[in-house]
Amino acid sequence: MKVKVLLFARLRELVGGEAVELELPEGATVGEIWGTLQDRAPALRAYPGPPLMAVDQDYARPETVVSDGEEVAFFPPVSGG
Amino acid sequence: MFRIVESPIDAAEVLRLVSGPEVGGIASFVGTVRDTNAGKRVSAVEYHAYPAMAERVMRQIGEEMTRGFGALRIAMVHRVGRLSVGEASVVIAAGAAHRHESLASVAYAIERLKQAVPIWKKECYEDGSEWLESVPPGAGSEATD
Repeated sequence: MKVKVLLFARLRELVGGEAVELELPEGATVGEIWGTLQDRAPALRAYPGPPLMAVDQDYARPETVVSDGEEVAFFPPVSGG
Repeated sequence: MFRIVESPIDAAEVLRLVSGPEVGGIASFVGTVRDTNAGKRVSAVEYHAYPAMAERVMRQIGEEMTRGFGALRIAMVHRVGRLSVGEASVVIAAGAAHRHESLASVAYAIERLKQAVPIWKKECYEDGSEWLESVPPGAGSEATD
């Protein structure tokens, strides 16, 4: 399945890009996608600990299963206001 | 109205949006860029957002303001891009039947926004810049208050 992955803030700078499209096995979880992403872009390993995660613009957990065509996002703790 | 914008926020316009015949009290919060943070001189702040999710989470906070505090009319606008010291980064306004409801709902909303709305702040100093990341509740002070 194809999943669009968005990165924000510090993560976006580490990778030097804002979005990647990944081809993944059916049933992949958000946590597994983060692992795949770190393999593809080792610069992400410089980020300490797991980031916040979202699927289709809702906060998700590492064990959340992702479906074909969904939008996955990874980002640092927020600091708006 | 829940929106991420790139241009300056007109606070008076936001207040107009929450006015109405059923409203007896309007409260608002305006967050502005401060010239120092953690002892460092700040020259500007860059805000970045995940706009679609940010507006969605702001709308959810609006529902909580209505359910939990009785806010009747709500507007929440956060600006992104490079802001100078003194400029407004966020405006939240709520109209309710009575003052306590509007004041309490706005106080709640800015705390929730800082915890959950996907927006990030990069502070610019004379000698570089730095991403700020929120800390667990109670562990430290925040930058806009």
